[in-house]
Amino acid sequence: MPEYETHDHDVLVIGAGGAGLRAAIEASAAGVTVGLVCKSLLGKAHTVMAEGGIAAALANVDDRDNWKVHFADTMRGGQYVNNWRMAELHAKEAPDRVRELEAWGAMFDRTKDGRILQRNFGGHRYPRLAHVGDRTGLEMIRTLQDHGIHQGIDVHMECTIIRLLKDGERVVGAFGYERERGRFKVFRARAVVLATGGVGRAFKITSNSWEYTGDGHTLAYDAGADLMDMEFVQFHPTGMVWPPSVSGILVTEGVRGEGGVLKNNQGRRFMFDDIPENYRSQTADDEEEGWRYTQGDKAARRPPELLTRDHVSRCIVREIKSGRGSPHGGVYLDISWIKARLPNAAEHIRKKLPSMYHQFKQLADIDITKEPMEVGPTTHYIMGGVRVDADTQMSTVPGLFAAGECAAGINGANRLGGNSLSDLLVFGKRAGEYAAQFAKTQVAGAIDARQIDEAAQRALEPFARGTRGEGPYQIQYALQDMMQDLVGIVRNASEMQRALHGLEELRARANRAGVGGHREYNPGWHAALDLPNLLTVSEAITRSALERRESRGGHFREDYPSRDPGFSSFNFIVRKNPEGGMDVAHAPIPDMPEELRHVIEEMG
Amino acid sequence: MAEQKATFQIWRGDARSGRFREYTTEVSEGMVVLDAVHQIQARQANDLAVRWNCKAGKCGSCSAEVNGHPRLMCMTRLNQLDLSKPVTIEPMRAFPPIRDLVTDVSWNFRTKLGIRRFTPRPPEADGTWRMSQVDVERVQEFRKCIECFLCQDVCHVLREHHLFDQFVGPRHLVYAAALEMNPIDTENRSRDLKNTHGIGYCNITKCCTKVCPEGITITDNAIIPLKERVIDQLYDPVAKLFRMLRQ
Repeated sequence: MPEYETHDHDVLVIGAGGAGLRAAIEASAAGVTVGLVCKSLLGKAHTVMAEGGIAAALANVDDRDNWKVHFADTMRGGQYVNNWRMAELHAKEAPDRVRELEAWGAMFDRTKDGRILQRNFGGHRYPRLAHVGDRTGLEMIRTLQDHGIHQGIDVHMECTIIRLLKDGERVVGAFGYERERGRFKVFRARAVVLATGGVGRAFKITSNSWEYTGDGHTLAYDAGADLMDMEFVQFHPTGMVWPPSVSGILVTEGVRGEGGVLKNNQGRRFMFDDIPENYRSQTADDEEEGWRYTQGDKAARRPPELLTRDHVSRCIVREIKSGRGSPHGGVYLDISWIKARLPNAAEHIRKKLPSMYHQFKQLADIDITKEPMEVGPTTHYIMGGVRVDADTQMSTVPGLFAAGECAAGINGANRLGGNSLSDLLVFGKRAGEYAAQFAKTQVAGAIDARQIDEAAQRALEPFARGTRGEGPYQIQYALQDMMQDLVGIVRNASEMQRALHGLEELRARANRAGVGGHREYNPGWHAALDLPNLLTVSEAITRSALERRESRGGHFREDYPSRDPGFSSFNFIVRKNPEGGMDVAHAPIPDMPEELRHVIEEMG
Repeated sequence: MAEQKATFQIWRGDARSGRFREYTTEVSEGMVVLDAVHQIQARQANDLAVRWNCKAGKCGSCSAEVNGHPRLMCMTRLNQLDLSKPVTIEPMRAFPPIRDLVTDVSWNFRTKLGIRRFTPRPPEADGTWRMSQVDVERVQEFRKCIECFLCQDVCHVLREHHLFDQFVGPRHLVYAAALEMNPIDTENRSRDLKNTHGIGYCNITKCCTKVCPEGITITDNAIIPLKERVIDQLYDPVAKLFRMLRQ
């Protein structure tokens, strides 16, 4: 019988980035007791890394903007396999969620008349991103944190959940460990909200930190919930490529929003060479028009650098593979050129992109006001996740909710930059609200000691094998290398079949992983416990990607390079079958109501 | 910097005891201290405890003392260090050790709770607030803080004199300054700053400003204006007389 501490909460929120904090605040405001579990310290979650801004049709900068345009932009970006109801709610509610942040102390950059300033971003028709320089995520998480700590939420820092506990069909709690002493904890709850973010650590080149190992995805899958759209992984076009130790670190899209251009080693602005048909009418004809757009000329259309991330990433890969890349295997991103257009360009760049200026100066010895950056695609985000009800965010398992990156639906095949921070707020709030509502209608469920024993026993196995077992980091690196090579930006059937075999072998290795030392703050142990999650999401990505025999959004198949309308009417879902294997199935996309269909037509 | 080896002396231990252990590992161009620590952790010491998240100087998790200097390990390039000698890496010394490079910083989270929260004035008719960019920028400097707690680590009031129950430290004075200078906040924190936050303990040695990885001018822009506010409001003889007469 393992020893553990028990905590009781009406609602347990797992994950304390933007979505988790927003959910916890909302549930708490609804009058239930709330526990908030963070894998790291409070305020360190990946939301702090978000740079560009929060997309919301406030229409402060361009009064032609409204929820309809935002909705249509989101659906177009997602190539119409989004959950249209989520896209609708998101577009309608994002402005209120942003204004609410201001009421809680956020300090956004301002327009001349003192309102929240908005900037241009890829795939958004009008300047739409409320921002604070290039550190919007920090502002958002700090605002939620500083507001949340006064709401009576119980915060459990440096605690990792490794299993959800069920009573019959219903989720009634969670089991995990705290890092500091390595002790186990049982959380009893009437409703559980997953807000654990993404899966970036399944790939070698990623902008994600150690935490993003698909925990929520795997917890939900193991609890019997459906995952959806797992083939759609977003490779952000601009990650750092040099020096090697920083490769993958994000370079904000804001650089391009402020006028930065992409060039190959011949000095050509290659983004003008391939403009997708469905964006042609919205894209600038020449460099001059693109520049005017970035400077706020309402008559101008956006430069091709601000096309959607999936497309820009593929264009960069094409340049690199054709031998037109930069010395370290990327392409050039140049903002310094604007000195030809603006009198005090260097100061302007430092002011608009302060973190980028420091990041390159300190980590790469590059002064971005004087010379171009070298950039290449980096694994950034997963559109897929737990399949949820659009309005309530409840998964297919009663009592289990999900919000933010670990939930699927709003983004379809590709997410627009800036739509993540707004997603966290809109659906974090909804998840908190409906989880609280659900909790109020439930009696506490029974905690099954066998489930706890099983999870505890498994968790301690790496110690039993000790240093005789294989090191967990080596297994993680092998997985990352394989996923990067075989299930990355450009995919094909034979490579993904190899990946499936590779995953089997890696699973066997993970079952033999061993760690030395003891349970107190032992990162090797934590890495070993993250491995099954990484393997589960990698398998879900690979199996779904194999089934989608077309190219759409973040998913590109060189053996099926075009979009196939036959794949427009359903999403792929993944679920655990009774034998423990992974099944892939179709979930039909419900017909869009006439009113929304009309909005899309109207917006062109 | 071509491929070469470097030696690191990393403090290993816990609240009871600890000592420096020596590790040699390959280093290559562009590496930062955190990369070396990760490499050692992956190859030689799986259980080496270290906090990190973003690896880009944005989350403030990997604070430590490198060759005695409080730094973010992710933003400290190896080519800034003399690698002909062993590089020492130890945890922040102002906070109780948990294990290896990880310290107990929970006091900071408790302390923040004691500072009166943001309390905005009522919004304008359309439900929003107008603020000028100039006013916002003044506060944005403080809101750049990534809560790495390096300023707390070097502050002698905390590090040497251990006045954790009487002084909130530079981080939380910056936090208070952001609230006090927020153009729409209505709360007055002067009395708290004097009586419970211990602003008088700061004698402006500016050590905090020197180590801030975000370049916040902590002493000049946050603490001194707060001290002036406290003096104006609580020590000004004319104001004091006025208050007495009103009572």
